[in-house]
Amino acid sequence: MNIALLQTAALGHRAVVRTARQPANVVFPLVFPMLLLAVNSGGLQSATRLPGFPTDSFLAFALAVPFVQGALLATINANVEFARDIQTGFLNRLALTPVRGIVLLLGQLGGLMTIAVIQAVFYLVVGYAFGVRLASGVGGAFMLLLLEIVIALGFAALGSWAALRTGSTEAVQGLFPVFFVFLFLSSMNMPRNLIQADWFRWVATVNPVSYLVEAVRSLVIEGWNWEALALGFAAAGALSVIGFVLSAHALYRRLERT
Amino acid sequence: MKDTLAVARGVSWRVLHMFFTNPAFLLPSLAFPLFFFTAFVGGLSRISQVPGFDFPTGYTAFQFVFVLLQSAAFAGVFTGFGIARDFESGFMRRLMLAAPNRSGILLGYLFSALVRWLTVASVVTVVALLAQMNIGGNGVDLIGLYTLALLLNLAGALWAAGVAMRLRTQQAAPVMQMPVFLLLFFAPVYVPLGLLKGWIHGVASVNPITPLLEAGRGFISGEPELALAAFAIGFGLALGFGVWAVRGLRSAEAAG
Repeated sequence: MNIALLQTAALGHRAVVRTARQPANVVFPLVFPMLLLAVNSGGLQSATRLPGFPTDSFLAFALAVPFVQGALLATINANVEFARDIQTGFLNRLALTPVRGIVLLLGQLGGLMTIAVIQAVFYLVVGYAFGVRLASGVGGAFMLLLLEIVIALGFAALGSWAALRTGSTEAVQGLFPVFFVFLFLSSMNMPRNLIQADWFRWVATVNPVSYLVEAVRSLVIEGWNWEALALGFAAAGALSVIGFVLSAHALYRRLERT
Repeated sequence: MKDTLAVARGVSWRVLHMFFTNPAFLLPSLAFPLFFFTAFVGGLSRISQVPGFDFPTGYTAFQFVFVLLQSAAFAGVFTGFGIARDFESGFMRRLMLAAPNRSGILLGYLFSALVRWLTVASVVTVVALLAQMNIGGNGVDLIGLYTLALLLNLAGALWAAGVAMRLRTQQAAPVMQMPVFLLLFFAPVYVPLGLLKGWIHGVASVNPITPLLEAGRGFISGEPELALAAFAIGFGLALGFGVWAVRGLRSAEAAG
């Protein structure tokens, strides 16, 4: 058991260090969500004048988005590297060692979650610097980090599945627009009850990303909304379980092939 | 001149052949503008009920202009990605050796950027019409709108070509893309300039894309405004980035 933990930690450490050594993989997931936040919070501030809008600060309302988007960007970048490990044969060489398959996967996912948490702390600090205060207090910040871990696990597991299934960096990069579609077709810019187009409100309602955004948002602007949190954790948890099962299956298939 | 055109024809045929036959190139070019149009019109149409939002032809037309201009600029930028790819693969070196007039290479890429954008613009326009977009402008207004977008397409392609020919690597993609993205999104994307408050209002007021966007929206609503300023900026951007791209081509030639 201890050996498995050590192996997991070593592989997780490798995933973190490898990302940290590539400035583009570090800077882009930090800066791009902040730019989008700046653009949206500036451009859509007037939306807070709509009757029923839940806050008078669009920055606070939109701060939830970078948490989901950052988790997405970080896990895509890191899974591109994972796919590169497959392309270059590193995974095959690892398979020749006593490392168990499940440890390979856990190490990779653990590393990605670490990166996502570091990013989340950065977004919190930026939000705080620009005057956003969590309605849920300090405890809410910790809950937010916990939620971010589960969200990152969901995206990371799905990204790892794509990497293992295809073994192609291009295929993993191709996931980026797909995930982005889900993000933009969610309640990221408008509360669901204020979305005017019926079809869009329906899409946002069946889109699990809406619940991820709304759970994070509830901690920022509402306080402790247990329903939103439960739905957010459930959506992230379901993505994680599905992604993990698919990844584990794809890993064993890939190791069989070698 | 004949040599230039022959090179341009060959280059543009190759780029367009790849564009139309490879879904990996065609689909993102089509999907992104449609996706932005869908997300903005579907998700944000309630914004039109904000006090002071008085765009006469509705939120769909308001966002259509932004998406049209965005698709024009990004069709140009995506062409720059292709140039960078040709440098990395070594194709550009062979092309430069073979071309009797290298200006034709640039011309070919520009023509392909234009055709790419016209394809995307056609699809986006049809989708907007199916979404029951209201048009208040007449034929001349619409020609004005599409000409503005064409100028932005040219400027975007020349900007990206200049970057690609200087850096000659696909890793230059963010350098081509990010400034264009920022210029576009620091304009009044979601609401008219008058409804922007704070720092974004200051940035949007000096952003050269803002007059293009406002003029475009004026054209589609049949109440043209800032048209002269917008065309002057459009031509200025195309001319300025034209010099940038030609100097980039010379830089690539000098680098061998």
